[in-house]
Amino acid sequence: MAGRLPALLKDAALTALVAAALGLFIVGFKTRDIGQGLFFDYQLVDLAIAVAVIFFGRLGLQFASMGLKWPSFALGTVLGAVGVSPIQMPSTFLHWFVVIAGVLIILRTIWPWANTAIATVRHSERGKAFGRRGAKWFGAVLLVAAVAMPFAPFADQKTMDLAVLILTYVMLGWGLNIVVGLAGLLDLGYVAFYAVGAYAYALLSTQYGLGFWAVLPLAGMFAASFGLLLGFPVLRLRGDYLAIVTMGFGEIIRLVLLNWVDLSNGPAGIGGIPGPTFFGAVFAETAPTGRQTFAEMMNIPFSSNQRLIYLYYIILLLALITNFFTQRIRRLPVGRAWEALREDETACKALGINPTNTKLTAFAVGAMFAGFAGSFFAAKQRFISPESFSFIESAIILSIVVLGGMGSQIGVVLAAVLLIGLPEWFRDLGAYRMIVFGLAMVLIMAFRPRGLIAHREPSVRLHPVRAGP
Amino acid sequence: MTLQESGTLIEVEHLSMRFGGLVAVDDVSFAARPREITAIIGPNGAGKTTVFNCITGFYKPTAGRLTLRGEQEFLLERMLGHEIGQKAKVARTFQNIRLFPGMTVLENLLVAQHNKLMRASGMSIFGLLGLKRFRDAERAAIDKARGWLERIRLVVDADRPAGELPYGAQRRLEIARAMCTDPRLLCLDEPAAGLNPRESAELNELLVSIRDRDGVGVLLIEHDMSVVMRISDHVVVLDYGRKIADGPPDAVRNDPAVIRAYLGTAVDGPDA
Amino acid sequence: MAYFSQQLINAITLGAIYGLIAIGYTMVYGIIGMINFAHGEVFMIGAFISLIGFMICAGLGISSAPVAILLVLLTAMAFTAVYGWTIERTAYRPLRGSFKLAPLISAIGMSILLQNYVQLAQGARPKPAASVVQGGYTLFSADGFDVRVTWLQIIIVVVTVALMAGFSWLIAKTPLGRQQRACEQDMKMASLLGVDVDRTISLTFVMGAALAAVAGMMFMMYYGVVDFFIGFLAGIKAFTAAVLGGIGSLPGAMLGGLLIGLIEVFWAGYFTSEYKDVAVFAILVLVLIFRPTGLLGKPEIEKV
Repeated sequence: MAGRLPALLKDAALTALVAAALGLFIVGFKTRDIGQGLFFDYQLVDLAIAVAVIFFGRLGLQFASMGLKWPSFALGTVLGAVGVSPIQMPSTFLHWFVVIAGVLIILRTIWPWANTAIATVRHSERGKAFGRRGAKWFGAVLLVAAVAMPFAPFADQKTMDLAVLILTYVMLGWGLNIVVGLAGLLDLGYVAFYAVGAYAYALLSTQYGLGFWAVLPLAGMFAASFGLLLGFPVLRLRGDYLAIVTMGFGEIIRLVLLNWVDLSNGPAGIGGIPGPTFFGAVFAETAPTGRQTFAEMMNIPFSSNQRLIYLYYIILLLALITNFFTQRIRRLPVGRAWEALREDETACKALGINPTNTKLTAFAVGAMFAGFAGSFFAAKQRFISPESFSFIESAIILSIVVLGGMGSQIGVVLAAVLLIGLPEWFRDLGAYRMIVFGLAMVLIMAFRPRGLIAHREPSVRLHPVRAGP
Repeated sequence: MTLQESGTLIEVEHLSMRFGGLVAVDDVSFAARPREITAIIGPNGAGKTTVFNCITGFYKPTAGRLTLRGEQEFLLERMLGHEIGQKAKVARTFQNIRLFPGMTVLENLLVAQHNKLMRASGMSIFGLLGLKRFRDAERAAIDKARGWLERIRLVVDADRPAGELPYGAQRRLEIARAMCTDPRLLCLDEPAAGLNPRESAELNELLVSIRDRDGVGVLLIEHDMSVVMRISDHVVVLDYGRKIADGPPDAVRNDPAVIRAYLGTAVDGPDA
Repeated sequence: MAYFSQQLINAITLGAIYGLIAIGYTMVYGIIGMINFAHGEVFMIGAFISLIGFMICAGLGISSAPVAILLVLLTAMAFTAVYGWTIERTAYRPLRGSFKLAPLISAIGMSILLQNYVQLAQGARPKPAASVVQGGYTLFSADGFDVRVTWLQIIIVVVTVALMAGFSWLIAKTPLGRQQRACEQDMKMASLLGVDVDRTISLTFVMGAALAAVAGMMFMMYYGVVDFFIGFLAGIKAFTAAVLGGIGSLPGAMLGGLLIGLIEVFWAGYFTSEYKDVAVFAILVLVLIFRPTGLLGKPEIEKV
């Protein structure tokens, strides 16, 4: 070890040097606008601390990757301890930074051991059987929990709001998973179809007085037609071109909504959108003339929670429909053709499969689900504006799909809970949320490109699986 | 297939293909008959794969006419890439194997029956509803796939990802996949490349059975002379994009132009 | 006529900036065949480093504009280049040989990461920049309208043309350029022949980032304001420029940048400024559909 130490120190010093160069201007000098021009807040001390942490962090990771367990473990522990200690640091961020560095080193140290353990379990016959049954059970338990959730004691308004939000993203993730995960088409403008669905409901309900359940299928159809319209010319393009064109399309829709004031009321948005009704009953304290409220219908006292619970069940249902549909269509010829296209388009052509049509169906089906989700969003928010449909939304949905594992349904749920739930629970993280998204996408591609849940269940089997040993 | 027993299956007339200034195929004409194995041979860069890519629609020929004969005639040069597989029933394999590596062996064979299954699934609607009509069609497709898996001895591997198979098995699977499209003409681009002698012999058997049992015309690009001379009924020799000989294997073997251009310089073939 | 001439001058200036960014896209695409989605953010970071660089110059009492510009130019190029190098090293190199969407997704992640990193470090509000070069030259007057070209515009165009010439020479004549072209043709073969492929790719990113830094600096000086989000739109437009000119072609990138500048400025000048970005996106889509090889690009033949 002593012989390699100089080389390791040099490597860590170089990494630290690069980090210092990266941070010098952007982090070291924080510009602040005080009215008469810009001034600096110097953050050079912060930068120096961060660079030092990077130096030791790199050293620790190198130790770990060389199998030098004790030095790396010690370094990780020291860093972690420094992070949580009351030592004065210029910002809480730096405390976190130090702690995370320590934790990473410790994780890296125990990784080879954990990895072998996991692999041993996974490859044993028992582990395989357990994995198959486990996945089924896990799904079932999750489903029961989701259905029962509104009646749990912890389900206050905040939790329910969050649950509705998470489910919306689960549905969007499942919808996008058809396009990205199954068909392998990188759609960076998915939010455009979400916007189409939302505006379809907002306009049809406020202008023509149509109800949620009447508009829902229409919104899906509108969004699907937009998908066809956009997809037809561009789906012939190679993957990366398609990505950038869909991104451009997402922006076009947003810009049009922003500027076509006659249609969309521009940046001011559309307000007063009615919520969904329950067999004609509204969720409000008093019903408009000729209607009755849900509380009256059921003969129960009114509570503002009823609306939220109703919304929760609607989005749960929509999400489950999306999931069921995906599971089903994956076993149909068109679903198999999507996956085949993802694997090798040239081979598909040679087998007589029309790539453009097949991609179009994936694109349109994905868009349809985004349209459903969009009109739900409008009915829930009761106010929409172009701001809700920026590129960031597309990026969030995509990172849910990527993190969860492209093509994996349960992975999307986990990723949505992680990416949407955690930052909402820990409000302080809000500012770092998008950084974490970006970082997660880079790291997942480097270390686990198939996502958190990488298993692919064949769409059909010749030899049925024996249930357990 | 019995209709045109003595006629031609595919007729290539004055085919030319240029890439910029490079003439890859220069005025090549030949014909292949049904229920026969026609081999296209020639040194590297002779334009064999380019001819294939023109026939299967991956390139649009600069000039020439490609006619697939039979109950119905197809002018292949006027068709889109996927239509050639779908309507004219020309299937192919690739020089560098192109399976769907992440999908299972069985799924690979089902994707090949896409158009038939798609019709049975009524644009997926019958399929989504799980109607009997679709389920029957799917069962038939699986049976057909099983039949091919038996022929290429991959039944036990049916549920494994295709990318995990050993090389020789992947080659066989690619041929089976092409056959699952019910082709009238099967184009194989160097199917014996990288196979050991035993696998190569098995391949010969498979190709002969495709010709005799399934009655499919085979067009074959091959470097391995032992394969070519043993199983082909007809040989076309290309050199520098031109046809230099055309005839039964024995005649071609003794053709002075062929010996000069090809066999004369490397008796065992350029790969040896 | 006067209005037209003024718009033309403005369009050429803007086109020069887009062209500089587009070169980065085109070079990276040429060598590894992928769109560097994070390139727009590199441009944005270049703009920020220049902004801070000028403020430091002012703080140090460097009052001569040419000295400050040269100093900041070199600093911004050098430090932004480190970003280019780091992006390649961390987000793309580990993925060489992974499945085909992997580098794209990683690039999008990198782009989101960089954008929010700058937002966090520098705040979300737009930063006004003090103007460094003032004044200009009135070319002629007509229809009661002065047609002016500012010194800044002249600087932008001159610097761009000089850099273009320099880089074209670099690619055409130096060993580095030869290695780059070799990697473009066939990476495996190049490495067998002793070309250090990793180093060549790294240098491509470094050069692209340095040019984006120049563009960022020009943008910052020209518009007098930067924020963390400028990379998104500028990136898409520059990419459109690269595609329009023919991706992989250096002169194409420059030509494409010029055309996009023209389209944007004239669209805003004669039609409506709200839809100028829509016009650019529409052009991107049209070019990709009808002439995916662009104006000066070589057709790609798919090997099967």
